[in-house]
Amino acid sequence: MIRKNASEMAAALAAKEISSVELVNAHFDRIAEVDTQVKAFLYLDKDGALSQAKAVDDARAKGETLAPLAGVPVALKDIFTQKGVPTTAGSKILEGWRPPYDATVTANLKKNGIVILGKTNMDEFAMGSSTENSAYHPTHNPWDLTRIPGGSGGGSSASLAAFEAPLALGTDTGGSIRQPAAVTGTVGVKPTYGAVSRYGMIAFSSSLDQGGPCARTVLDAALLHEAIAGHDPKDSTSINAPTPKVVDAAKRADVKGLKIGVIKELQGDGYQKGVLNRFNESIELLSSLGAEIVEVSCPSFEYALAAYYLIAPSECSSNLARFDAMRYGLRVGAGDAEAVMSATREAGFGREVKRRIILGTYALSSGYYDAYYGSAQKVRTLIMQDYAKAFAGVDVLVSPTAPTTAFKIGEKSNDPLAMYLNDVATIPVNLAGICGMSLPSGLADEDNLPTGFQIMAPAMEDQRLYNVGAALEAALLSKWGAPLLAKAPALGGSK
Amino acid sequence: MSSLSRAEVAKLAKLARIEMTDAELDALSSEFAVILGAVDRIQGAPLADVQPTSHPLPINNVTRPDVVIPSLTPEESLSGAPAQEEQRFRVPQILGEE
Repeated sequence: MIRKNASEMAAALAAKEISSVELVNAHFDRIAEVDTQVKAFLYLDKDGALSQAKAVDDARAKGETLAPLAGVPVALKDIFTQKGVPTTAGSKILEGWRPPYDATVTANLKKNGIVILGKTNMDEFAMGSSTENSAYHPTHNPWDLTRIPGGSGGGSSASLAAFEAPLALGTDTGGSIRQPAAVTGTVGVKPTYGAVSRYGMIAFSSSLDQGGPCARTVLDAALLHEAIAGHDPKDSTSINAPTPKVVDAAKRADVKGLKIGVIKELQGDGYQKGVLNRFNESIELLSSLGAEIVEVSCPSFEYALAAYYLIAPSECSSNLARFDAMRYGLRVGAGDAEAVMSATREAGFGREVKRRIILGTYALSSGYYDAYYGSAQKVRTLIMQDYAKAFAGVDVLVSPTAPTTAFKIGEKSNDPLAMYLNDVATIPVNLAGICGMSLPSGLADEDNLPTGFQIMAPAMEDQRLYNVGAALEAALLSKWGAPLLAKAPALGGSK
Repeated sequence: MSSLSRAEVAKLAKLARIEMTDAELDALSSEFAVILGAVDRIQGAPLADVQPTSHPLPINNVTRPDVVIPSLTPEESLSGAPAQEEQRFRVPQILGEE
């Protein structure tokens, strides 16, 4: 059962072929079997999960009407607060903290009866593309345990690919849902900015951060998307409009007559050949399904990476000022408040977090503000204009999700710039606040590792991602004869 | 190409309230030469007459009705405090000696 999709698990639960308690226990068994190798989780909440599962089973036995995913387990990225459950955002500065409240996403999961197995590993405060910046331990890619599972949400993507959970939550500031999905052969969606509440989602870069669904299929991602999205008065940037009908779109899966734009600037130099091969094959498939393929140009994307690495550090230098050793989290050192704060932040933050705080402090400092932060904000305008122009002529835009397949753990950890280049194709989506999806497009010829196909749509047109994604997924499935993850190593001893 | 001296990094670290070791300051100073070299590309963008965008959504001044709603209890609010006293956060000295 653990290798089934979430929608199949939901159907089995509804038909009472299996109970939620049994399903949850099967996943804990799998976690016990493989997570010593994969290390996707930072914390397992067995008692909480089993009592949540039992409540769903009891409600079902009474004949109550349940939400579509009720009783299905989920892995929650450790950036979302969960009342009473340790939440660290991958940082030592929050080690042992048990939040007194649920994030809106966490509350929505509970409301839908989706059972939270535990908290998944991540780059500290979501800063990274490999999960190596976790203050606790790296997570290993189930396709090849010597490689990274992407980041920052590498724990969530690895848990899906290792069949430790059928659904997971991520957050995407510059690609932290989509790039991990790409390198693990799973599906990840960054919804439109403002579609999923940021309340209780520990802030990294507030104008870019967006929570979203991770799954093994497009339909499963859609089901989770509808469960977590929606207006939240507790988040002042939450969009007060109905959530796009993404489940219907995933079931429609019809690209006939759609116009699909291939972004010229997001391919070529720096992209691995096998990644481009699989990308081009997917384009041909979409064309054979009746979509019209056109090439579009987004000239300002050239500056997207630079703008991102000014805006995100600037916002994080401000957001992370809250970790001041006064109200919660770590406190070390002696002397006055400033000395204690400085000593605590030195001890509690990792290298990448410090690097970005300092960079942001610099970009915002008087004398440099206009040249750096100010220019970055203007590039943001240009990127939005590029998208607006492109979407005037096409329904969706596409590109490879990440320029390469999963690299080796340690390979780029001492080269911040090489690490940042992982996000070159995903960052423009965040800067513009639009939505994007990554789904598996195959295995690269060079290394037999998963490659990702990215779909982008205008703000609040998330259903277009699911329609196109599901159509491509179905075409690839019939071409391969089995889901891509069937080719991943089995892991563990017995199965 | 921009770069930051060790002393400049030290000043930024002080502003950011991060007490850094000499080794960290040295490492950051050399990393910044590379990182700033990359972000400096932005100076080549055609930005004349372009308005800045601070946020992707045109949402402004969202408020809620000014009514009392349930919130965390004092015990819950203080549950993660490194130190507390008389139902308050206990913090190190903030102001100088009288």
